[in-house]
Amino acid sequence: MSATAVTHDLAAVKHGPFDVIRHSWVLAKRSLVKTWRTPEGLIDVTLSPIMFTLLFTFIFGGAIANSPGQYLVFLLPGIIGQNIAFASVGIGIQLNADMEKGIFDRFRALPISRIAPLLGAALGDIVRYVLLFGIMLATGYALGYRITTTPVHVLGALLLIIVFALSLAWAPMLVGLLARSQRAVQGIVFMTLFPLTFASNAFVPTETMPAWLASFAEANPLSHLINAIRALLTETGPWQGPVVATLIWSAVFVVIFAPLAIRTYNRKS
Amino acid sequence: MIPNVSGCTYALPMSSENAVEAHGLVKNFKETKALRGVDFAVPRGTVLGVLGPNGAGKTTAVRILATLLRPDAGHAMVAGFDVAKHPSEVRKRVGLTGQYASIDEELTGRENLIMIGSLLNMTGTNAKARAKELLEWFDLTEAADRMAKTYSGGMRRRLDLAASLTGHPEIVFLDEPTTGLDPAKREDMWDVVRDIVARGTSVLLTTQYLEEADALADDIVVINHGEVIAHDTAENLKRVVGSQTLRVRPSDPADAAAVSVILSEVSAGAAVDQPRKGELAVPVVGDKALTSVVKKLATQKISVTELSLMLPSLDEVFFNLTGERQKPELTPEEELSA
Repeated sequence: MSATAVTHDLAAVKHGPFDVIRHSWVLAKRSLVKTWRTPEGLIDVTLSPIMFTLLFTFIFGGAIANSPGQYLVFLLPGIIGQNIAFASVGIGIQLNADMEKGIFDRFRALPISRIAPLLGAALGDIVRYVLLFGIMLATGYALGYRITTTPVHVLGALLLIIVFALSLAWAPMLVGLLARSQRAVQGIVFMTLFPLTFASNAFVPTETMPAWLASFAEANPLSHLINAIRALLTETGPWQGPVVATLIWSAVFVVIFAPLAIRTYNRKS
Repeated sequence: MIPNVSGCTYALPMSSENAVEAHGLVKNFKETKALRGVDFAVPRGTVLGVLGPNGAGKTTAVRILATLLRPDAGHAMVAGFDVAKHPSEVRKRVGLTGQYASIDEELTGRENLIMIGSLLNMTGTNAKARAKELLEWFDLTEAADRMAKTYSGGMRRRLDLAASLTGHPEIVFLDEPTTGLDPAKREDMWDVVRDIVARGTSVLLTTQYLEEADALADDIVVINHGEVIAHDTAENLKRVVGSQTLRVRPSDPADAAAVSVILSEVSAGAAVDQPRKGELAVPVVGDKALTSVVKKLATQKISVTELSLMLPSLDEVFFNLTGERQKPELTPEEELSA
């Protein structure tokens, strides 16, 4: 048994407004280390979007857009949007696992902001979204997809994706905090996301849908995101409108789900 | 005021001399009354043992004191701060080690401790040095760079305790620190607790074992169904429950009555109990009881298949304190299968 050498008077430590950022970053690093150690946890942002791209391009391409090549231009941003939404389930599952294992009790008993563990988990997820975006552009390139805009537009698309994903993430976080098992988190989130991703402009233009469905698909936040990505990568139209609509939807997600998730987290016993 | 087991009333000394003070804590979970008005105090630099069976409310009390739960009524002061009004001040001064290890299994032991140090605003260098120091103290240096999921139960408990001690807390809550550990590991854990106390830390320890409370605690609170049924020093408590239990199993069950008479002659004033079929038990004080019983059994030519002297079980403590046999509490596993 060694004598205590490092002294650290906890009560004397000053706590400032930047602590939240600092603590969230420590916890984001935790989730990055774990991601690095279990790369199979990245399948949902690597192999599975590649699989979706190949399946949709070659199975539906000819039927929907006369040729796989033409369809890919339409489809690729759709797949990105769909998989950004699907990837958000991961954070809910992670929070649920943290609660089950008791590590959240440790965090809650520490003198840190109560939202730091939630923010940390979300920040750690950024890597996943960047990876997804890069892999999709590479896959697209291999299949003949060409970006027609500037690198600034591409970067803008990536930032928009991250903002959207982090805002949407509060919803699966809430589910993760409420559900009683990881399997339940998966079930609940996918049950919501499947109709949301398909009833959008991700795979087919909304014009072919019945009027009621078309109006839902056009209002769908994912449709706005996908339109913005299309405009920013291949100049399908002005990007300003869809970008603003995407940001408004992101704000809506945060305003609704962030307080609910934080409240639920604080009340967990 | 809580009636104590030695017959007089025991006024809780409420002052800044106490590291922890609980006043009339009440907590209900839907239908379950987890705490029905619990009072106790941990004087600075001492160990309070909270003794009780599963479901008695021990964990609930600890979670309230560690600011993880809000009480429905009553209040608690920890390190001089009200847990409900100044939770973050309390969090700066306490460490909590729960029944289930609160560590990240996918990080190594060292990474777990560095993470906690960083969350306590230590500099990177200090967090690393503190982690190293704790790993040495808890005999985890060799396993330091292995993922915690590869650790044995005892190692996890030690890492969990190390994590709780990262910030040099004034007060440590240990919620059943040895439940599920084998006897040798239990003794190791006791040594660690003694070490923590020797450094001036106040400890609140919950346990299901009188032996553990006796080994570590200055004062013992016995809690059952969310109520304090005794609050006294370990010494006084043992005087009432008997410092040890003498068990006898006569070979011929027909001798039970005669054995009961013999046992009542050496008893410390409590009634002879029949914990299991064909077995008689009585609390005894002093070291003459066993010899005296053996002599009497020999004189009356009663043969026995079992004869033992041991610290009373929790069940016997309750029997001696309340005169009632405990209803077996369901463990969580049993509740699931019920």
